[in-house]
Amino acid sequence: MAVKMDPIHQFELKPLVSFGHIGHQNIAFTQSALYMFLAVGLIALLTIWATRSRAVVPGRAQSLAEVFYEFIGQTVHQSAGHGSERFVPLVFSLFMFVLLLNLFGMIPYAFAVTSHIIVTFMLALVVILTVVIYGFMAHGTHFLGLFVPPGVPGWLKPLIVVIEVVSFISRPISLSVRLFANMLAGHIALKIFAGFVPALLAAGVWGILSPLPLALSVAVTALEMLVAVLQAYVFATLTSIYLSDALHPGH
Amino acid sequence: MAQPHAPAPLKEGLIHEPASEHGGGFPPFESSTFVAQTLWLALSFGLLYYLMSKIALPQIAGILHDRQARLSGDLDQAARAKSEADGARDTYERALKDAQDKAKGIAQATREQLASEAETRRKSLEADLATKLAEAEGQIRSRTATAMGSVREVAADAATAIVERLTGHAPDRSAVEAAYDRTRPQTAH
Repeated sequence: MAVKMDPIHQFELKPLVSFGHIGHQNIAFTQSALYMFLAVGLIALLTIWATRSRAVVPGRAQSLAEVFYEFIGQTVHQSAGHGSERFVPLVFSLFMFVLLLNLFGMIPYAFAVTSHIIVTFMLALVVILTVVIYGFMAHGTHFLGLFVPPGVPGWLKPLIVVIEVVSFISRPISLSVRLFANMLAGHIALKIFAGFVPALLAAGVWGILSPLPLALSVAVTALEMLVAVLQAYVFATLTSIYLSDALHPGH
Repeated sequence: MAQPHAPAPLKEGLIHEPASEHGGGFPPFESSTFVAQTLWLALSFGLLYYLMSKIALPQIAGILHDRQARLSGDLDQAARAKSEADGARDTYERALKDAQDKAKGIAQATREQLASEAETRRKSLEADLATKLAEAEGQIRSRTATAMGSVREVAADAATAIVERLTGHAPDRSAVEAAYDRTRPQTAH
């Protein structure tokens, strides 16, 4: 009973294959890693296996793959504009990966990989490093113009540059914390509301109130489904917007 | 678990349990797992990016491009067929109009020809009738003259006979005729 009531327990990593320790680091193939590869496999199944026949009139699975592709293509094009086609594979991979990992988390007893800050932070780092590296490669030092918005009076420039630099640095943090916190909070809320049901049932006459947290946890489940999809979309959209800076740093 | 107070196990779960379960740490902030998670993330996401950028997305983009090409090709073909059909319809309508005009012309010409023929026939008939009428009138006139001549003779004969009976001797023939002519000078001929 007490173990089931622990809302933090679900975020624990369970080593499936352990490779021992390197210093303080515990190197193990955990259930988290398993879900990551499971997501990759499912995405590959959807986008490669389901489209293998290259049907002009698509079946259901091929339609789904096409819808995802066109959706991400449009999102990237709208946010990042001209020349953004080269980043579609990155945004598509990020969106599908985050979406699948978020949705895996909604399966009972499954593990939400994106509820670990290190995962979301590394994904955000991939985005920011892509922006910085591509920005310098394509525009050289002109990329730094990103921090000096045009039309700012001279005396205000130092302050604006500081603000712009801070806002740029905070991007990977906000990007990763947004996703991580949403998933973490959602799963904790779900666990707590669901935990009230057996707790009330075990408390004799209070069991009469148990449908209330049950109904609430059904509602929160629906909300979490929405959050899972929405956060994947938000991640992809923000990635596109940040990539737009790498493509057009002069605004 | 027959506790009288419900929140007790919950509190215990929230506060005391994690400490004994995983050494006081909050799993997402357990830094000893960061390297391994990053490693698996790099491997899986790298694999995903490779599969997407090299295989999946070119394939899907190819499908969409092929479909677009096929659709626009089909639409072009349809537009071409439509313009051909329009052309055919125009030709047909023109031919129909020509034929109607021609038919109208033929009908008009035929009507005019028939009318003129009828007119000439009527005129010739009228002329014919007029001649015949004139002939008949001439005949009547000559016959009337002949008859009037006969009347003069009969009248003269009768007058001679009457005078002979009354007087006993025959009057002069020329005198009787002169007397007749005097009474009817206008019908003398």
